[in-house]
Amino acid sequence: MKLILSDRHLKKKQEFTSFADQELDNGAEFPRRNLRKAAERGLMGLPIPVEHGGRGEDFLTYILLLEEVSRVCASTGVIIAVHTSVGTFPLLYYGSKTQKEKYLPGLAGGTLLGAFALTETGAGSDASALSTKAETREEGYILNGSKMFITSGGEADLYTLFATVDRSAGRRGITAFLVENNFQGLSAGPPELKMGLKRSSTTELRLDNMPVPSANLLGKEGEGFNIAMSLLDGGRIGIAAQGLGLARASIEYTRLVLKKRDTGKPGTARDAACLLAELETRLEAARLLTYRAAVMKGNGLRCSAEASMAKIFATDLAVGAAVKCMDICGIAHCSAEGKLARYFCDAKATQIYEGTNQIQRIVVAREMLK
Amino acid sequence: MNFQLNEEQEMTRQMVRDFAEKELRPGAEERDDQEKFSRDIFNKMGELGLTGIPFPEEYGGGGCDFISYVIAVEEISRVDASSGTTLSAHTSLAGWPLYKYGSEEQKKKYLEPICLGEKLGAFALTEATAGTDAAAQRTTAVADGDHYVLNGNKIFITNGGEAEICLVFAVTDKEKKAKGISAFIVDGNTPGMSAGKKERKMGLRSSPTVELVFENCRVPKENLLGKEGEGFKIAMSTLDGGRNGIAAQAVGIAQGAMEEAVNYAKSREQFGQPIANFQAVSFMLADMGTKIEAARLLTYQAAYLESNGLPYGKASAMAKLFAAEAAMEITTNAVQIFGGYGYTRDYPVERYMRDAKITQIYEGTSEVQRLVISRHLLG
Repeated sequence: MKLILSDRHLKKKQEFTSFADQELDNGAEFPRRNLRKAAERGLMGLPIPVEHGGRGEDFLTYILLLEEVSRVCASTGVIIAVHTSVGTFPLLYYGSKTQKEKYLPGLAGGTLLGAFALTETGAGSDASALSTKAETREEGYILNGSKMFITSGGEADLYTLFATVDRSAGRRGITAFLVENNFQGLSAGPPELKMGLKRSSTTELRLDNMPVPSANLLGKEGEGFNIAMSLLDGGRIGIAAQGLGLARASIEYTRLVLKKRDTGKPGTARDAACLLAELETRLEAARLLTYRAAVMKGNGLRCSAEASMAKIFATDLAVGAAVKCMDICGIAHCSAEGKLARYFCDAKATQIYEGTNQIQRIVVAREMLK
Repeated sequence: MNFQLNEEQEMTRQMVRDFAEKELRPGAEERDDQEKFSRDIFNKMGELGLTGIPFPEEYGGGGCDFISYVIAVEEISRVDASSGTTLSAHTSLAGWPLYKYGSEEQKKKYLEPICLGEKLGAFALTEATAGTDAAAQRTTAVADGDHYVLNGNKIFITNGGEAEICLVFAVTDKEKKAKGISAFIVDGNTPGMSAGKKERKMGLRSSPTVELVFENCRVPKENLLGKEGEGFKIAMSTLDGGRNGIAAQAVGIAQGAMEEAVNYAKSREQFGQPIANFQAVSFMLADMGTKIEAARLLTYQAAYLESNGLPYGKASAMAKLFAAEAAMEITTNAVQIFGGYGYTRDYPVERYMRDAKITQIYEGTSEVQRLVISRHLLG
């Protein structure tokens, strides 16, 4: 066992810390500028092999990036997470040589933004219930239907999109497609008004007789559900890292407030400090769970339960820490425009997407009850 | 980072698990019922080489790292928490300060029999009016020729009355307060030291917790551990590491209770199906599993840091705080999953729940751990 970061990982982490602190902004608009800055450093393709235009770093390094970025701007964090974990990896794992040559360098280099379109109005946690149809034509497919809550919808250049070629076949009819944003018949709805992650665009995607050439079928017909499921572990660890970054942001903010505070009543300060100690303890636990899942994933080991545990623990902490930090810091630090409110609102999403924490508990329990 | 146990750690786990299943499980309930300490069990731990795991082989120790040590405490506590506390107090609280602060002679004379399991160790710091405020010691040690003469009372001493080697803290210079406390190695048969009241406890009932009474107890000067006035420092640094042993104990208790709950949830049928099928139950199990993993990682991390000569005070306080709180919650929920049966003494989960409580209290309460951690955070 070696339960601390290696010097190499520590160095990468420091690189990401200063990148996040010095280069990322906290504006209100879609964070194009942040993404461009990330692309300039190769961070949009961090874990993608060098031969495909990425930086060839391991999975843990990628997780460290998501943690650091999310600490400063969780919207940028989720965009990079979705772009990489479910926008680029499926192409890397399942794409043909031609598909990889066409899209991977752009995605890894950050000139193309990737996204993932699985969820529908009637297919949330039960993703296999999706109803978007893909009908076979001589030259490819015609897709009809609509997708919901698509991160980077309307902003992304390439979507890994799921539709069914045979609804009666259930999950075995689900098929994955590489859909370019300029495909005819594809349109994005207006961005959802969300309580948090306000800079990330979340939209509906409408597919109206949208033709997709055969060349853009990802994997084989009917393999879509397995493709989607195979991405989940990695995706969940990414969201755990996002939760970790957000929890750290709340705790660090509060630590600085306490350091400056002089109540004149030492007892009060000590009580507050003990609340912070509790959070810091859970943060360390969240970190260990997340890094462990990341190392396992990087080593190609099965890690469904570990990934789910990391996501549950880190994202529950992200929400819990924000709330507790408001208690500790007091009303003066609770304005709607303040940082703690932003951390709280951003954190709530991490308990929901990439599988709600209730779904994660089902995964963990299933493993335990085997 | 590498989260896999190495071969030595894995072997330790396997060996101790076998030992616990074979030697501890059959009598655990009966010993608890009868509040009976078994010296035989301690002797067997000695024969297996479990009584000095993290100390060098030249003193009879196992020469392993602290991860192997916490794994041993965890595996024993998974089956019998009382035996876990015997081993933890013996190793962390008696063995460790001797190893860290003892002279070469003291190590040969006292650490070696501890490592070999020939003698049982104890640690006598707490007094009736010196609990969390350990510096408020009243037991005195007055120099007299080649001896110190000890007078006073120690309470809640784990392994007390059974141990042949006791580390005893006493005031040598009242003026200097915490810096006037010194540590002594006291042979169990020294005249003037006697076992007083044996506590009747809610948990850890087969681990003896007794009062130690000192009446003109003459301890040879060569049995001073460290220097005069270093006692408080010795005690606090001992507890830094000892906490990790308690964290391991809590992880083991929680693991034992969770395994019982999982098996029960799979076999108990209501409404025509196993109760594990109900999410109210399975989500409780998932949270148990997640928290145990978190507690275990924190515990192993603190042990890793100690093994590698890195600062571990904050890490072991975190491990103990988290693991103890998790153990209390998990054992309580295990009883909940068993329902009415869990509340009876026909099933072991109520014992796990009773045993878990003390991990939030001894070697520094959870409140003290938060204080220790907050000092690391805010300076």
